[in-house]
Formats: sequence, C-alpha cells, structure tokens
Amino acid sequence: MRRIATLFSTTFLMGWALVTASEAAEPLKVGFMTVRSGALAAGGRQMEEGLQLCIDAHRGEMAGRKIQIITADTAGQPAVTKTKAQELIERDGAQVLIGPLAAFEALAIDDYIRQTKTPIISPSAAAEDLTQRKPNPWFVRAVGTSAQAHHPLGEYAAKELHYKRIAIVADDFAFGHEIAAGFQRTFEQNGGKVIQKLWSPLNAAEYGTYISQIDPNADAVFAAFAGGNGIKFLGEYKNYGMQKPILGAMTTVDEGILKRMGDEALGVISAGWYSAAIDTPANKKFVEAVRKSYGADPGYYTVGAYMACQFLNNALEQVKGDISDKAAFMKALRNVNIPESPYGQVKLDQYGQPILDIAIRKVERKDGKLQNTVIKTYPAVSQFWTYKPEEFLKSPVYSRDWTPVK
Amino acid sequence: MISTSRPQIVLGLVAIAALLAMPWLVTSDYYVNIATQIVIAAILAMSLNVLVGFGGMVSLGHASYLGVAAYLTVYLTAHAGFGPLAGALAAIAATTILAMLFGYLALRASGLGFLMITLALGQILWGIAYRWASLTGGDNGLGGAVRPHPLGVDLMNPTAFFYFALIFLAAAMWLISRFIQSGLGQSLQGARDQPRRMRALGYNVWLIQWLSFVFAGFWGAIAGMLYAYYNQFVSPQTLHLTTSAETLLMVIAGGTGTLFGPIVGAALVVILKNVVSAYITRWLMLLGIIFVTIVMFMPEGLVPGTRRLRGIVRKRRGSPTTPALPVTEERPT
Repeated sequence: MRRIATLFSTTFLMGWALVTASEAAEPLKVGFMTVRSGALAAGGRQMEEGLQLCIDAHRGEMAGRKIQIITADTAGQPAVTKTKAQELIERDGAQVLIGPLAAFEALAIDDYIRQTKTPIISPSAAAEDLTQRKPNPWFVRAVGTSAQAHHPLGEYAAKELHYKRIAIVADDFAFGHEIAAGFQRTFEQNGGKVIQKLWSPLNAAEYGTYISQIDPNADAVFAAFAGGNGIKFLGEYKNYGMQKPILGAMTTVDEGILKRMGDEALGVISAGWYSAAIDTPANKKFVEAVRKSYGADPGYYTVGAYMACQFLNNALEQVKGDISDKAAFMKALRNVNIPESPYGQVKLDQYGQPILDIAIRKVERKDGKLQNTVIKTYPAVSQFWTYKPEEFLKSPVYSRDWTPVK
Repeated sequence: MISTSRPQIVLGLVAIAALLAMPWLVTSDYYVNIATQIVIAAILAMSLNVLVGFGGMVSLGHASYLGVAAYLTVYLTAHAGFGPLAGALAAIAATTILAMLFGYLALRASGLGFLMITLALGQILWGIAYRWASLTGGDNGLGGAVRPHPLGVDLMNPTAFFYFALIFLAAAMWLISRFIQSGLGQSLQGARDQPRRMRALGYNVWLIQWLSFVFAGFWGAIAGMLYAYYNQFVSPQTLHLTTSAETLLMVIAGGTGTLFGPIVGAALVVILKNVVSAYITRWLMLLGIIFVTIVMFMPEGLVPGTRRLRGIVRKRRGSPTTPALPVTEERPT
C-alpha cells in the first residue's frame, strides 16, 4: 500500500516538475488543512469554498508567484491533524499552512509548528489562548477570538437593550465557555447580571430539558452554539412557546446554517466580525461571488478561509513573493494591513490577532431570505476589548467555571 | 495457540529486517513517522489481542489505558515537574493500577456484559478528560510534553524515535509470546474455551483472567506513554470510544489470537487513515469496503487467512507439507 502511495506521489511530483520546469518562478506551496470526514465536514467544505474563491480571484497567482494549494483532510482528530501537518510540510514541502478548522486541532500541532518554524494562518480556530497566553510566533489568525465579538454584545445587551437578568445556554466545550464568559464579563460590568448558566453537551439530541430549566425571571436568553446546534435549539425554543428574546453568539445564527432556519430565528440579536449583509462595496462583491459560485451566503468558515488567503496575499506582496527568509515573511504576516475586505479594515495586534469591526446583527427576512442585518458597529475591537492586554493576560483564560472578579 | 512454525519465524525475521532498515528505504521523515505510528498502534493492538484473541474477552474500553497513560505522561512531565523517566514510570504504574481496578469491575461479567462494562468505564474516563478542564485542558487537550533524551540520544529525530518505539514493540512481541506460551497463558486459553471444565480442574478462572487483563493494561500503558511522547499532545479523542473500536478493528482485521495479526491490522488502519486519505477523500468508505472484504473472504483475519489461502494453493500443487488448519478448530465454544 505504501509503495503504491509512494509511486503515485513520485509520478505526480515528476509530472509536476515537468510542468513547472518551463516557468521562471517556482510555485509557492500552501498546505491547506480542512475536514472532509466526520462531524465537522460541513464547515470544512465551506472553508474550501472560501479558499478557492480567493485563489480564483487572484487567478492562482500572488505577488507574481503561482500558488499551489495542497489539501489534507484532518478528519477533525488531533492525532491525524499532526500527521497531516507532517505530510504537508515534510513530504509535500508546504512552505505556509492554512488551517486547521478546530481549536483542538490547532493546539495539537502547536509544538510542531514551533519546531519546524512554519508560518500558519488560522482560518477558523478561535481559542483565546492561541493569541493570548500561549502565543506562537509562527501563528496568525484570520478570525476573531471566541470572546472578541461577545465582549461588545455584553455591553450592548446591558446598555442599549437594557436587559438586567440573562440566562445563558451554551455548548459545553471550550468555545462555548469562552463566549459565555466574555459576554458575562462585559454584561455584568455594565450593570447586568447573569442569573443562570446552562451547559448542554455538544452532541445533545434535544434541548427540551435545558429550555424548561430557564429561569422565568430572566429578561432574555443568551444562546451560544456552534455547528448545527443553533438550528435545533431555536426550533425547539419556539416549539416550547418561549417568548423571551434571544441573544445569539456569532455561530448560533451563522449564515452557513441560517439558510436552514425559519421564523424561529427572526429577531435574534447576535454579534460577529462578519455578516453577509454588511453594506460595503468589498463585501457586496464578495457575497455576490460566493452566491454565484456556491448558491449560498458566506458564513463564518467561508469568510475565514477567504480572509486567511487574503492575509497570505498581503504578506506575500510585502515581501515581493520571496518567502525564503521565513522571519521576514512572518514579520510581514504579522504586519498585514488590508484596508478593504469583507470584514472592513483589518490590522493585526502584536499577538497576531486581527483588530476587527464588530457588527451587532439582527436576523431579518429580506427578499424571502433570512439575513443578519447590521444594526450597530463597534469599530476596531481588539481581542482584549477595552482592557489593558497585560492585565487581561494575568487573569486565567475564560472557562466553564469563570466568574467575574468582584 | 501460537504456532512457531518455520515459515512464521522466517516471515518474522524478514519483517524485523524490513522494519530495521525502514528509515533507509524511504525518502522522507514523513514515512518514518507513519511507521512509528504503526509501531505504537501495533503495541496497543497486541495488548488488546491478549484479551480478545487469547482470553476471549472482547473489550471496547482499551483506549482507556492508551489515554490515561498518555494524559499522565504529558501531565506529569510537562506540568507537574517530573523527569521524563520518572514521569513515564509513574504513568505506566498508575495506569496498570487502573487496569487492576477495571479488571476487578469488568470481570464480574463475561461476554456481552463484560463488553458493556469496559465500554462504560472507558466512557467515564472520556467524560473526565472532557469535563475536568482545569486538569486535562478539556476538549482543547494537554500539550507541552518534550521528548526525552535517553543516553544522550535526541528523540526529536524521527528515526531515533522510530527505533525507540521499535524496542518496545520487540519487547512486547517477545514478552507477550512468552506469556501466551507460559502456563498462565495456556490456562487463559483454556479458560476461554472451556471455563467450566477449567474450574472443575481446580483453576481459578477469575484470577487467570484478571492477571491477563492487568498484563494487557500494562502494554496498553506502554503504548500510551509512547503515544504521548510521539504526539507531545493528548486530547479526549485518545480516550474516545472510536479509538477503542479502531483498536478492536485492528485486532479483528489482522487476526485474533495470532502474534502478527494485530501488527498487520495496525499497519492497515494507520496507513488507510493517514496515507491513503491524502489520495482518496472517501477513505472511510474504503476502510469499510476493506473490512467487509476481509470478513467475507478471510473471516479469521488477514494473517491466518493468508496462511489458509497459501495452504490451499500448496495443496492444489500437490505438495501437502503444511496442511491448512481450519480456524474453527482453534475455537471450540
């Protein structure tokens, strides 16, 4: 089996060598880690679409160099992710990595990235500590951290929506914990009170038991879900006849799943660094392209991978396509500055984390389709919100048991 | 029973020579790392085979020992200040003690009950790893383990680590085959085939099975320690039911109750999962097809199946030197 694989790859490489021999500059090899099998495959496919769109927009060339994308399926398993990273770097000679999808995958290859000193751009993994308490000098992120969009949402809920008491229902894993804690921190700082936190397992079959536990004294419910869980939760919430308004995390009503929802999603207010309804020329062009190619609105994963690829382009232009000096390339990658993008203007902080405009969004129906209409924008929000980075980093990372310092 | 017939010894020697020369035969460190993963998976599968193949105890919780030993190794060496040797020894010892406890609980039942108890115990451990985030890092996992430098050899080098793992595989093969041939191993097989008769003959069947269970847990722990140093990272996935099931598949596909079967099975699964998946997106489907094929044409597993087919071919040629043994003969129930 291995011999066949070797044979196959050698033939492939020889073929490739023949094709490229005639060209002046060697192609730049970009390893792309996505998920094609298992529970995360839907997000993985959207990532592939986003990346492909960006490569097509650049006609396969960046800063005068051809871009060769080598895709690997991590199956959403940490140990496989490590093997795939080795495959991309050691066997296929990838010089830059884009991926992987899940935070635990990114953490699984953290040490390996440091050893091989391979620049990596994360298109979706949102774990706070990747750019906070365990910053990796070879890592930049093209999306927000878990709490980055939900610090503003907490303030918005208290100050503008005038909610006093909120019940949180969230997925019981690190992403859910971090979102909930970030929201709670700013909500309580502005005079609100989180009166209840319910953690539902990631693979919960139904949410009835959690919905019926929601405290009747709550003014609203903050529902923080990932993957397809938002669909199930909102549907059952309506079926139980619940009237309390819902606040959502970015992924609760992400465009990737919003198309599968109905009236139950109407009126949900959420926060995110992106909405397909952001009314800027750059975003309109992007959304148009996605609709044309894939017949759906871009969401979290699509835009994340698209932007990761734009980061690569921006950094390559800074170094004029010369990636041989890895330190210089990494400096350029940390120095990414994109004035116009679907996100709006994007710059990175010194930890490799973008400073993003955060949109407060409300689900509305327009032309028969649900969309996240932007109702307010918090410009240039840092991963540390308004806190001083040094002080922010001194406190432990947001977790399930996190409580605000009194 | 393990037959140490001549062809098998020759086959073993060839396999060992190929393994030793492996790093020179391949062009990239990537393949050396794949081979290391096969070695680690093979140790785990061999340890499970002690239960499944020789003890007739089908366990769906064998990832417990891999996971617990891996978590302990990473935690002790990277977060609790243990040295690499002390950490590894403590992890293996603690995991073996856990196997004693699990064996005590699981062996209250046999057959399907045993399977369900091992499954439940494994799920409890998975739940702890997933939920006790302050200790295990939750679903983000636990990282930061550094590979040791035994006798000044830098195990960060893939080839060095491959040989390091190979030493343990060799030890596992030797000790497990010794165990199977020993009185205890023979009585374990007796307890598998005729538990009531064994009891009537005065054997303590429970004790025999429990000791074998602990022995299997010990080798699972060795695999876990290697896994931790290889990946330098551990996450709840390691303890998940799918890991246990995958290990069981390795044993069944390769051939239960044989020495080389689990190694072949481990190689099959690791290569499909890591190498073939680069070329075929639907590799899970291919895995399924391969297993169905194995079950249809070689229900006893790849290693005994190949031996049987070779025997048939030889018979047709008219030189019945080694008569093919139908496997059912080995397993009167």
